[in-house]
Amino acid sequence: MAEAPLLDVNGVTLRYKTPGSVVTATERVSFSVNRSDRFVLLGPSGCGKSTLLKAVGGYLKPSEGAITILGRKVTEPGPDRMMVFQEFDQLLPWKTVLENVMFPLMDARKLSRKEAEDKARHYIEKVHLTRALHSYPHTLSGGMKQRVAIARGMAMEPDILLMDEPFAALDALTRRTCQDELLQLWEETRFTVMFVTHSIGEAIKIGNRILLLSPHPGRVKAEVVDVDAASPTDGSAGRLEKEIHDMLFADEAGEAH
Amino acid sequence: MAEQAGTRAPRIILRPAEGVVSGEVERELSFFERAWDNGAVRKVVIILALAALWEAYGRYTANPLLFPTLSDTLEALMENIRSGVLPARAWASLKVLLTGYAAGIVMAGLLTIAAINTRLGSDFLETMTAMLSPLPAIALLPLALLWFGLGNGSLVFILVHSVLWPVALNTHSGFRAVSNTLRMVGRNYGLRGFAFIRKILIPAAFPSILAGLKIGWAFAWRTLVAAELVFGVSSGQGGLGWFIFENRNLLEIPSVFAGLLTVILIGLVVENLIFRTIERKTVLRWGLQQ
Ligand SMILES: Nc1ncnc2c1ncn2[C@@H]1O[C@H](COP(=O)(O)OP(=O)(O)OP(=O)(O)O)[C@@H](O)[C@H]1O
Ligand SMILES: [Mg+2]
Repeated sequence: MAEAPLLDVNGVTLRYKTPGSVVTATERVSFSVNRSDRFVLLGPSGCGKSTLLKAVGGYLKPSEGAITILGRKVTEPGPDRMMVFQEFDQLLPWKTVLENVMFPLMDARKLSRKEAEDKARHYIEKVHLTRALHSYPHTLSGGMKQRVAIARGMAMEPDILLMDEPFAALDALTRRTCQDELLQLWEETRFTVMFVTHSIGEAIKIGNRILLLSPHPGRVKAEVVDVDAASPTDGSAGRLEKEIHDMLFADEAGEAH
Repeated sequence: MAEQAGTRAPRIILRPAEGVVSGEVERELSFFERAWDNGAVRKVVIILALAALWEAYGRYTANPLLFPTLSDTLEALMENIRSGVLPARAWASLKVLLTGYAAGIVMAGLLTIAAINTRLGSDFLETMTAMLSPLPAIALLPLALLWFGLGNGSLVFILVHSVLWPVALNTHSGFRAVSNTLRMVGRNYGLRGFAFIRKILIPAAFPSILAGLKIGWAFAWRTLVAAELVFGVSSGQGGLGWFIFENRNLLEIPSVFAGLLTVILIGLVVENLIFRTIERKTVLRWGLQQ
């Protein structure tokens, strides 16, 4: 099992230049993601989770350290790393559900229309949206939009799927359905995903590895491995949740997440 | 409420559906609902009412030299169409108009692309729009005549001026309002440069672009008719403005009204058929505009 990691983040410092000041969002963060990992970034608001994910996506350049994926250095955004955003407006409003999923397949993957359509239909079916195939995004509910975005990302069969709190803006019931669906999809295709959340429960449910970050500036605090072993039925998930909670909020007791 | 102490526990009581389940989730609208929902139908009703008012007032004043009736006007219109004068004049106007409109749009496109790619281009666009857009195109006509002579060149020049600024301004502000998420999605697909503009920015900013095109069209149309009234014939054949001017001099007032009516009709057709159709097939269908 000495396989080289799929994604390697090595001593990465990320800074934002604002007029008059420089904000350090993360400082010398290192971790690596293996193939078929469900790798979760967890931490309180402002600890740089989104910033890290954007850097892996290629939208931000590290001011220190390097990010490599399968040995290639990440320098710009590309379809080998598909992003699923938190925002509901991430679908192209001028394309139907089917067209939204097909577009990057044809444009970036250079598939023929026929191949793209077959693949798109396959993944749309997997997120149970065949009914809405020809609907425009503005007629969909928030949860449906997020599932289209997931279908779009997965249809591209990227090296890694990057998800930034994709379910955070959903109601609790829809969120659970979406989480279950994502896990079901993972069982089927074993894709690699990096998942950002600030909910400890969601992290334990989704992830097999969890990276805990502490804020101001964002640093790695700990890593939780073999999260799969925690089960909600025998109470071990609950215990893990409490442990993680205590650890994250140890030095800032009382601060809401 | 006969509850014994100690037996209270949460329960789920199933409620069988009452009556016949309609199963209706989505339903086609009836013919009349659809007709009244159609803006065109409502507008036709308004136009018919106005036409009736015109006819009534024309008959009441009974002074064809000042205010001909609608029927007189329509008669003059038919006559002028049959003789081929009016279509020729309208076509002369439209040819110049389309040339100026297209040139203005192309220049607006170039200017906007420069503006979104460079800061200097953006400053340039903002300064030029601030300076030139309050300047009525017709005010440039004397100068245009001096530079380009008595011909279509002058007309096209002032048309470009009337189209360029509103279209460029709207397109630019539309581009800038495209959400950061959509930009990131586009770059995620590996789109860059012109492909990014064509496949992401233009459709995303389409409501603003379309608004700019509509304003540009209205400005151009008005400017053209006004300019033709001022200097009339160009290269042997005048446009609609000249037709109106000429007939006024001949005291053919019903024909003057027929000319005005043609100007209005062309405006209505472009607004209600062309632009409405584009709107229905794009921004309305995409939910980018209600
Ligand atoms: N565009 C920006 N310009 C300047 N500073 C920024 C910008 N985006 C984020 N930051 C700063 O970087 C830090 C990390 O932000 P980031 O959005 O990555 O946090 P996060 O962990 O995703 O938080 P949340 O859970 O609230 O989404 C914060 O201190 C924030 O103020
Ligand atoms: Mg975030």
